[in-house]
Amino acid sequence: MIQIVNCSVALLVLLLAIFTTVTRKVFAASFGFIAYGLLLTLVWVQLGAPDVALTEAAIGGGLTGVLLVGSASRLRQSEADGGVERPGLPARWIAAVAAAIVAAALALCVLAWTEPAPGLAPQTAASMGATGVGNPITAVLLAFRALDTLLEAIVLLFAIVGVWSLAPDRAWGGRPGRAYRSDPEGLLAYAARVLAPIGIVVGIYIFWVGADHPGGKFQGATILAAMWLLLWRAGLTDAPPINRRWLRLTLVGGPIVFVVIGFLGAATAGAFLAYPDGYAKPLILAIEWALLPSLALTLFLLVVGAPQRLATG
Amino acid sequence: MSFVLEIFSIIAVSAGAFFFLAGTVGLLRFPDTLSRLHALTKADNLGLGLVVLGLLPRADSLSAALKLICIWLLALFAGAIVSQLTAQLASARRG
Repeated sequence: MIQIVNCSVALLVLLLAIFTTVTRKVFAASFGFIAYGLLLTLVWVQLGAPDVALTEAAIGGGLTGVLLVGSASRLRQSEADGGVERPGLPARWIAAVAAAIVAAALALCVLAWTEPAPGLAPQTAASMGATGVGNPITAVLLAFRALDTLLEAIVLLFAIVGVWSLAPDRAWGGRPGRAYRSDPEGLLAYAARVLAPIGIVVGIYIFWVGADHPGGKFQGATILAAMWLLLWRAGLTDAPPINRRWLRLTLVGGPIVFVVIGFLGAATAGAFLAYPDGYAKPLILAIEWALLPSLALTLFLLVVGAPQRLATG
Repeated sequence: MSFVLEIFSIIAVSAGAFFFLAGTVGLLRFPDTLSRLHALTKADNLGLGLVVLGLLPRADSLSAALKLICIWLLALFAGAIVSQLTAQLASARRG
């Protein structure tokens, strides 16, 4: 029975992927991508990877979906003007052949898999005790492969730099995005007032349990950013001007703490991002605590977009 | 007793699945936005409610059961808000 469900979900994921690629309408492709992300969440749950599922639902389906729909509504005008360039036939053939080769290579890898599947899970499980955290995913992300997580956090900062660089000169330092004014007694404002407190508690809970259970700073920060976006969109709060010192400090705070702890490791434990014996858990928690506000603010500002209102000083 | 609960779970979840199916058929077949929304919210409210009701006896603990109920309530709330907003937009477009 469960096999039938698994097969139909896998088939649906494939069909949605094809639909998202083939459709000519930007909006349809964006919504197809969101549905694809949500179905992929089910796939990860079935594969026994709840951490990945949470991330896929929060970031892959949710936040990326919002970004795509936002871009699609901006592109709508140029699409209506017929300003969409279609690649020529050779370019499309080359893309199709390249994609088919990658898909075939991946299929070969999956089919040629040995039993038991190769992996570092036994080593991870054996070394978990040294980190003091109970969730192996957190141990991998913040101890064994902490460098990857550090780079991810820094990549997000670069993304903000990219978004902000689209600002017109006169708006530099001003408030990003549009100012929404909606009826304070209206439906959206009501929804934001009811949902935001619940969402903030859920976001902090998911962050908090991340040390020992599925969850963590990325998923928690995404939920916090989503609640902030809801309040902004309902007109209950406005995006802060980007020249505020607290804003800049919050953005870089998490990555800076991460780098500083990394160098402390180089001084005390002999390698960059190594944790001295017995201090692994407090240092991991310090990094998580420092990254949470940075990530929430970064994700919020990524969706809000470039500064486009005059700086008020 | 567990046999009765088992039967109850199967009936409730199947009824929930039926409402989801009916809601999807309505979404595809109904002629205008408002009636499509009507079909869709039936799936969310009744369908998810019945699925949650059927899963309650199978929950591991009281807190897991409460979480299931919270998920249903949140989906109810979000569904109601989103369908109201969509309906407002649809009737504004119709003029």
